[in-house]
Amino acid sequence: MQASLSLSVSNPAAIPRSDHGFESSLPFPSKPVNLRFCGLRKEALGFSSTSSSSLSASRSNRNVAGSKKVWASLGGDNGSSSSAAKSFDYDLIIIGAGVGGHGAALHAVEKGLKTAIVEGDVVGGTCVNRGCVPSKALLAVSGRMRELQNEHHLKALGLQVSAAGYDRQGVADHANNLATKIRSNLTNSMKALGVDILTGFGAVLGPQKVKVGKDTVVTAKDIIIATGSVPFVPKGIEVDGKTVITSDHALKLESVPDWIAIVGSGYIGLEFSDVYTALGSEVTFVEALDQLMPGFDPEIGKLAQRVLINPRKIDYHTGVFATKITPAKDGKPVTIELIDAKTKEPKETLEVDAALIATGRAPFTNGLGLENINVATQRGFIPVDERMRVIDSNGDRVPHLFCIGDANGKMMLAHAASAQGISVVEQLTGRDHVLNHLSIPAACFTHPEISMVGLTEPQAREKAELEGFEVAVAKTSFKANTKALAENEGEGLAKLIYRPDNGEILGVHIFGLHAADLIHEASNAIALGTRIQDLKLAVHAHPTLSEVLDELFKSAKVNAHVGSPVAEPVAV
Amino acid sequence: MASASSSLLTKMPTPSNTTISFSASLSPALPLFHSQSHLRRHRRTGNALRVQSKIREIFMPALSSTMTEGKIVSWIKSEGDLLSKGESVVVVESDKADMDVETFYDGILAAIVVPEGESAPVGAPIGLLAETEDEIAEAKAKAASAGSSAPAPAAAAPDVSPSPPAASAPPPPRPADGPRKTVATPFAKKLAKQHKVDISKVAGTGPFGRVTPGDIEAAAGIVSTKPNVAAPAVAAQSAPIAAAATPKAASAPSTPALPGSTVVPFTTMQAAVSKNMLESLSVPSFRVGYPIMTDALDALYEKVKPKGVTMTALLAKAAAMALAQHPVVNASCKDGKSFTYNGNINIAVAVAINGGLITPVLQDADKLDLYLLSQKWKELVEKARAKQLQPNEYNSGTFTLSNLGMFGVDRFDAILPPGQGAIMAVGASKPTVVADKDGFFSVKNKMLVNVTADHRIVYGADLAAFLQTFSKIIENPESLTM
Repeated sequence: MQASLSLSVSNPAAIPRSDHGFESSLPFPSKPVNLRFCGLRKEALGFSSTSSSSLSASRSNRNVAGSKKVWASLGGDNGSSSSAAKSFDYDLIIIGAGVGGHGAALHAVEKGLKTAIVEGDVVGGTCVNRGCVPSKALLAVSGRMRELQNEHHLKALGLQVSAAGYDRQGVADHANNLATKIRSNLTNSMKALGVDILTGFGAVLGPQKVKVGKDTVVTAKDIIIATGSVPFVPKGIEVDGKTVITSDHALKLESVPDWIAIVGSGYIGLEFSDVYTALGSEVTFVEALDQLMPGFDPEIGKLAQRVLINPRKIDYHTGVFATKITPAKDGKPVTIELIDAKTKEPKETLEVDAALIATGRAPFTNGLGLENINVATQRGFIPVDERMRVIDSNGDRVPHLFCIGDANGKMMLAHAASAQGISVVEQLTGRDHVLNHLSIPAACFTHPEISMVGLTEPQAREKAELEGFEVAVAKTSFKANTKALAENEGEGLAKLIYRPDNGEILGVHIFGLHAADLIHEASNAIALGTRIQDLKLAVHAHPTLSEVLDELFKSAKVNAHVGSPVAEPVAV
Repeated sequence: MASASSSLLTKMPTPSNTTISFSASLSPALPLFHSQSHLRRHRRTGNALRVQSKIREIFMPALSSTMTEGKIVSWIKSEGDLLSKGESVVVVESDKADMDVETFYDGILAAIVVPEGESAPVGAPIGLLAETEDEIAEAKAKAASAGSSAPAPAAAAPDVSPSPPAASAPPPPRPADGPRKTVATPFAKKLAKQHKVDISKVAGTGPFGRVTPGDIEAAAGIVSTKPNVAAPAVAAQSAPIAAAATPKAASAPSTPALPGSTVVPFTTMQAAVSKNMLESLSVPSFRVGYPIMTDALDALYEKVKPKGVTMTALLAKAAAMALAQHPVVNASCKDGKSFTYNGNINIAVAVAINGGLITPVLQDADKLDLYLLSQKWKELVEKARAKQLQPNEYNSGTFTLSNLGMFGVDRFDAILPPGQGAIMAVGASKPTVVADKDGFFSVKNKMLVNVTADHRIVYGADLAAFLQTFSKIIENPESLTM
């Protein structure tokens, strides 16, 4: 039954032209755009065939993956021009098999494009191998260590636990095993769907032409650059991989230093401070801006600092640059020379056991052959328009060339890259799509977690000033949430920034238990344009943490009375 | 935060919506919306207060309409810190959320009246702000005299004299490269601030001569507490102790150990005893003694002894019967605000076991007869020796009995265990010459009992009446066997 259903779905997918013509004639997307935020979720698709959409994907893929002959004849039967299949090796080539490239490849296959992905390193990219994934393994350990070490917390729950300890190698293995597992899942999912994985360093030779490795040249109708980023190391800092390290080394957890300086207090630095302090290290933050956690909503940052920094074995220097960092050698500790960020005067020299450089990430775009197509990078980033189309040095768009993810620098998050890739594939298959970056959530997996979507309060107020609308803020505390109190984790705040005149959500920021999971109600609402007055009517199971957001929406005061009509009740 | 307060916040005219500002001089009125000129007017009219006018009290603010008291989450500033107008000073937890409280004035945080973790009603002073350094001492004196529950943490802070790096080898002197600055780890700095230790005077023993948290603790005379020690398994709840048997709680801090002495860390049971003893210091207790003739009791004891009845059972039964008539002595004060009348009379009896101290509990001692009680006691003691007492068998006591009579002790007083209203210390019964009301001398067995009670709930007359009843039962012990 399911099989026949999937076939009927897969056929139209193989005729992109006729299909999209119908869809794009609609005034606005009636179907929710099928964005997959983290490609990782997709790894299951390669193995399970429980959902009809996955079946349809794999069915249509088998068509693609089949011999060229079959594909061509199919194209002919459907009356599609399908020039790609005739004059190009592929419909789409993606350079870089990170989460962005993977997300784009899977969606392309689903849309019936013959797709290849070029990988010069390992499948999975930074996220899977040196980023989000292994760090979550370390954070899972740190969260449990924190709980087991918190005598007060345990006592309040009536628990008695004797001294908690850990085995460093065991923790490191857990992170490594997780990365390996996710990597193989990712590889298998692409293989199963018929994506060709071309191994070698990819470079753009010219329009619609890609060189893979030393001398293989492949052509494709369209090309997506998804080469990602590498840790950014400011000059003057000598990374030796042992005592002065980047996140790439830190995730291997080869040592747990007694005292580590973390340069940069953004997401990466903050997550590592959570890991290191839980494992017994003391941490010193070095932050160039005047306050810790730049980029977070100031109020959330303040609360987070009170919970994540002040009570822990952490101190910090703000408003300072680390101009020179020397690894430990000849019996000397790691030295960090600090200067005042404004006056540039030397301030002091820190002596620590290790330093983690978490000053952000730099795009990985060298050697991509961009000069062949007259594209000049800006601080390494590839310039793109709002549809991820690459812009050349004359300001014109380069046909058939797109760039997604960290390499374009729009929003350096794995799931943003994936969303951008899917958006590009939508355009390639004829449906115009512009990704709303304000609907992309972000999360920092400290204990408790921080998450956000949309604008911060200062950004919203600035925008309101410019555009002349009113901004209001609503807040709820986790202290009032039954589930949070049952877990004895009442510390937390959810904050909603909105327009009281029409009920539009401008931003939501959450700090508290499972904040990273809670944000999606808000990000989906922004993505779908749902107004607060409608969200107020939605029902949440009791008692759950989701009621924090329920209460948040209900506490907002919206002047507009009528929202979009509630869907007609359906008899069941 | 609920809607009420959030709407308040959004409508606040202050540039930052995230904090609530306030601080008032001695005016007790609602501080939140005071303007400075308003405050000045108050001050000018109150001439009598002029002397103190430069010391301002920081009040517990009302952060929401339903808030009646607030808890101090943390003091962002420490005593002696300079404050400038608009800076956050303290974080207050209301019934709904945590909020930063800012100061309206420049000055020096002279004294913290309500320390972190404690609560104060809205409007109560939580700290003192001095305008100049000269006034700090005055403010501290004021804080100390500010009666109520306000301890003066300043005075409590130990006068720390960093111990010289006596026996422990000092870090190897580094090649002279000018005067070296002290390097201290983040946690060491935190501890130093907390314990008011001058880091520059502490010799670092860590790698590269850096000051470690351990160094600061040593300098502050604190015994390092390893986090997450196994939670106490037994005797956690109530381990009362006869004062005579109490080990000297805390040896004088930072005195160097005498040569030849050994340091033996507490066992869990001993740690629990120590903790309970310290806790007892927060209870205002008093003592009442009473002489009781025991000839009749001794005679009874001789009679029932062959049936397995112990003196402990007799005394427990007598105490339970007296408590039944004086329920207030069997009550306890758990929160400092109310009486908790216990439905059962459970007599805890202190026994020394294996170098520790535990209090097996004879539950419903007033209801069981002597023989059952004696049998029960025997079981409890056996279980205690085998460390098999269940928590409710050692922590459910409502009244404690401690008997040192068997050692010949004629009188002593006991420390009231936390969570109970009274404890009875029983001395030895000794032949004593007594004169009766007609002036005739005789020799009678007399024993002295001494009851320590929580004066928040048990008053002198209550205790005296209870002891009178108790002595009547002992002196006419027939009722014990009924």
